[in-house]
Amino acid sequence: MNPRRILGLTLRYFYLYRSSVPRLLEQLYWPVVDIMVWGFVTLYLSRFEGALPNFLAYFLGGLVLWDILFRSQIGVSVAYLEEVWSRNLLNLFVSPLRPSEFLAASVAIAIMRVAFTTCVTLAIAWWMYDFSALVMGAWLWAFMGSLVLMGWAMGIFISSLIMRFGQGAESLAWGLIFLIQPVAAVFYPVSVLPAVLQPVSAAIPASHVFEGMRQVLDGGAAPVHHLMMAYSLNLAYMIGALLFFYATLAEAKREGRLLRVGE
Amino acid sequence: MNQQTTPAVSVRHLTKQFGDALAVNDLSFEVAAGQIYGLLGANGAGKTTTLAMLLNLITPTSGEISILGEQYPAGRERILSRVNFSSTYVSLPLRLTVWENLRVFAALYGIKRPKQRIHEMVERFELTYALKTRVGELSSGQKTRVYLAKALLNDPEVLFLDEPTASLDPDMADKTRTLLLQAQQERGMTVLITSHNMAEMEQLCNRLLFIDKGKRLMEGTVVEIREHFGQDSLEDVFLHVARGESL
Ligand SMILES: Nc1ncnc2c1ncn2[C@@H]1O[C@H](COP(=O)(O)OP(=O)(O)OP(=O)(O)O)[C@@H](O)[C@H]1O
Ligand SMILES: [Mg+2]
Repeated sequence: MNPRRILGLTLRYFYLYRSSVPRLLEQLYWPVVDIMVWGFVTLYLSRFEGALPNFLAYFLGGLVLWDILFRSQIGVSVAYLEEVWSRNLLNLFVSPLRPSEFLAASVAIAIMRVAFTTCVTLAIAWWMYDFSALVMGAWLWAFMGSLVLMGWAMGIFISSLIMRFGQGAESLAWGLIFLIQPVAAVFYPVSVLPAVLQPVSAAIPASHVFEGMRQVLDGGAAPVHHLMMAYSLNLAYMIGALLFFYATLAEAKREGRLLRVGE
Repeated sequence: MNQQTTPAVSVRHLTKQFGDALAVNDLSFEVAAGQIYGLLGANGAGKTTTLAMLLNLITPTSGEISILGEQYPAGRERILSRVNFSSTYVSLPLRLTVWENLRVFAALYGIKRPKQRIHEMVERFELTYALKTRVGELSSGQKTRVYLAKALLNDPEVLFLDEPTASLDPDMADKTRTLLLQAQQERGMTVLITSHNMAEMEQLCNRLLFIDKGKRLMEGTVVEIREHFGQDSLEDVFLHVARGESL
């Protein structure tokens, strides 16, 4: 991989976001709306105290961390979509840029996007609800890292689907991830799920992160097992996503799909 | 000396099958370094498919391609850093300025002194005043010049052009041809071009390959092709062939 080319393409996204206020605002719109609505819902529910300790922390932690996963995935997929939208894909493919370098630049821009929105959502959670995600200490960074990785793997998978099925499949970039949200144990523990869904949940790296998060917020044992599961699964999915991407690219070159992008 | 003996582009028995359809059928041709070589043929003849295979955008079903003495996939990076491509069906990110776009491609092509090179290119294409303008705000004539500047940015040894003047008015098309010829003559660049504008092909091309339904119909200089079909112009040759009078 050639770092100059990766940097060059990253620059392209930087220029794009710098020039587009709507794109920047769109980064924040849903995360901010989400955290406000659900933050107030939780505040209200926590008045009833009940048997749920840490309710607010569970919920806000879940929200902020879920958004990291979501933004990371979108960041990668939208990098591909931007090239489709601007009919620039062929320019990239006829340049010496390698597919791996393209992915590296997508991932770099995804990191920037995640960092930007996460700073804002964390600040809102802290300022409005007095919830400091930093109480999770170093574990927070381990959780974030795992979710960012899972976002990359999903993002690469979804970009491949868009390469295969064309621009008509672009809504997958915003929608597909919500298919796994119910089983990803974001706002409730895996034990709530019916027995048939629990193995599905266990196969999702994010489930282990959210279980680990609740464990840490409760001041329980170190979530080493959960993190090991999450990172091992991430590794497997990342390899799977990369294989799928390269297979899809090879198939696209055989079928002449790269020239028909956008139709 | 070597340049004269090694063709810039060499294609042997190139074939592309999409499902049951043969888009390109056993094409062989060579383009000598420094030539402008035209691919000619009706809609669907297989011109774009051929160019795409030469650029590693489409994998051939069979046949051999050699560009500047290298082959895909092993030589992909070396080939692609020494060639370039432009066409009416690609664009550049419209939200980025001329400068930003060229800066990004300068990095992708590993250009040594990007600033200096970009300034050379925009001067040549009379775009200096538009450096800070977003590409989306330019007229289509200006856009075409930006695309050409991108395509010449890495000083390519071989330039592939798929209908480069298709969306331009006659005046802009003429200016584009002039700029192209200038750049080509200065650097001795090899050009592979497709176009449906027969007068343009007559003006630009040293040699032509006439393709019909993916197959080679005739190859030669403009004069040779005209004489072979007994017509006064390429336009007449095209009509003659298209209406099946040669069969
Ligand atoms: N990806 C594809 N899948 C299936 N068939 C294809 C594909 N791309 C091209 N074809 C077919 O291959 C043939 C050659 O197409 P190609 O685009 O190369 O023609 P062309 O000479 O460039 O035509 P035009 O002058 O209209 O641009 C056509 O019959 C076309 O329908
Ligand atoms: Mg074509």
